[in-house]
Amino acid sequence: MTAAPPAGPGVVKTAPGPTAPPPPPAPRGRSALRTLSRALPVSPALVLLILFLAGPIAYCAYIAFTDLQLTGQAEDSFVGFENFRTAFQDEAFLNAVWLTLVFTILSSLIGQNTLGLSLAVLMQRASKPVRTLTGGIVITAWVLPEVVAGFLLYAFFRREGTLNAILDWLHLPSQNWLFTLPILAVSFANVWRGTAFSMLVYSAALNEIPKEITEAAEVDGAGGWRRMWHITLPMIRRSIGTNLMLNTLQTLSVFGLIWVMTRGGPGNRSQTLPLFMYEQAFQKSMIGYGTAVALLLLVVGSLFSVVYMRLLRTEV
Amino acid sequence: MAISTRTLKTPALKTPTLKSRRNSRRYAADAGLLFAAAAFVLPLAWVLLSSVDPEADLKVKVPDGLTFDNFDAVLEPDITFTPLLNSLILCGGATLLTVVCAALAAYPLSRFRSRLNRPFLLTILFATSLPITAIMVPVYALFVQVDLIDTMQGTIFFFAASQLPFAIWLMKNFMDGVPKELEEAAWTDGASSLQSLIRIVLPLMGPGVAVVTVFSFVMMWGNFFVPFMLLLSPDQMPASVSINDFFGNRGTVVYGQLAAFSIIYSTPVILLYVLVARRLGGGFALGGAVKG
Repeated sequence: MTAAPPAGPGVVKTAPGPTAPPPPPAPRGRSALRTLSRALPVSPALVLLILFLAGPIAYCAYIAFTDLQLTGQAEDSFVGFENFRTAFQDEAFLNAVWLTLVFTILSSLIGQNTLGLSLAVLMQRASKPVRTLTGGIVITAWVLPEVVAGFLLYAFFRREGTLNAILDWLHLPSQNWLFTLPILAVSFANVWRGTAFSMLVYSAALNEIPKEITEAAEVDGAGGWRRMWHITLPMIRRSIGTNLMLNTLQTLSVFGLIWVMTRGGPGNRSQTLPLFMYEQAFQKSMIGYGTAVALLLLVVGSLFSVVYMRLLRTEV
Repeated sequence: MAISTRTLKTPALKTPTLKSRRNSRRYAADAGLLFAAAAFVLPLAWVLLSSVDPEADLKVKVPDGLTFDNFDAVLEPDITFTPLLNSLILCGGATLLTVVCAALAAYPLSRFRSRLNRPFLLTILFATSLPITAIMVPVYALFVQVDLIDTMQGTIFFFAASQLPFAIWLMKNFMDGVPKELEEAAWTDGASSLQSLIRIVLPLMGPGVAVVTVFSFVMMWGNFFVPFMLLLSPDQMPASVSINDFFGNRGTVVYGQLAAFSIIYSTPVILLYVLVARRLGGGFALGGAVKG
């Protein structure tokens, strides 16, 4: 169990030093002791992570199989897969799954990712003042606290809000966006808030492409779209993968933005899984059921997380 | 016929066409970016203009007059100062805890080879991308059982734990960039690991520590869900939750005041971001940090 072989090189390295205190053939007990003392600084972090992160996850896996409720129940009892069976027959749950899918695809895969890439590509070509100005504005939207972003977009999409004022000015039909198309409104809000991250990731990736390659293709007469498709995109594919994973994970756990804008409503027409989970657990006091939903979300998140790790595998 | 003239002319024309094509492409790119900037700036313009507008409503418009009444009205102890102080205690405490624990944990991971490093780092990396939102319900249930619900310290511990994986990951990567040779000299002089970490490694990776600190702080400052779930009494609420009081509790919504409060609450994180971005020469793209 002790890390004897890896400790070997360390010993050899320090041995040549004239004043190195430990004699080269360290006895086994001492090397174990040293491994332990070296690992000691990790312990505060480890304790925190075990108590406040691993603990809740384990607890989550446990109460998802119970009928724990918030009030008026002396003891919770083990109910097996009952919560999950309920979930998959619960129309509200299926609705939340569907909305989560729509929200993720619209705002993360299509919105943030494509817009972020487009902005990054345009920034490569644009003049410096325009680049700085746009970058500053987009990043400000990203740095703002989630709740503030929610309020700003609530104001933007409301019936009396900016969007309708512009549509009126253009003589286009206006409507109450938060009522007619709530999921679209919150998806746009998430695009507004999250695009900067993709933009930064792609800008960094595009800067790493050697200029000669794109210039050579340009001289050979390859048009913009063909260069993009055959040269740029293949060269930044790792960044695309990383970015898609992180965007999707972030989007899966959006709560505050939707809560502020619509509270999941009207009805439950913008109720994604995190909001559904919250409602079941606290407004309907079904902690067990809410946690079962949370566990499903966690499993989906973990799958994405594993894929993300595989993408980064070579770097650990 | 046409083909032959074109092939003849091409060499002579190549440079100017390429150049003018580049110019026109730059104008197109500028136009595209400005359009995007205009779309992105509208909600931001609303909050800026409404905060000084005596008659603010929900759309972007030229203020009916210039006033600081909105700021005056919200700069009250129970509207602004207490929530901001709560935010500061929560996020400051949790950030301090995160950075100290992350620096301590990153040191052996970066400096000593052990066969436990890889599995530990993989677990950390895995944890960085877990959706924290999903575990809030069990955390709430757990906190009720161990009596940590509605306590600042409980929330601080959870904040720190949720931010730690990413902080350790970042810190380890920054620490790998500090050459080991400098410490080896200190070791031979009899310095302990802790001494060389504090006296040699951390000062050398100042910008890295700054990034981890600012990033953790900014993430927590903006976080709504964690305090919303784990804190109950109104006098402990940080600004991210208390801002909701502008709706509901106070009758009709005074949008100008909401805007003014939003600005006050957002300014610290924007300043911190600018500070770090400037200090690292604009190279601070989180993407770069995430990539390792």
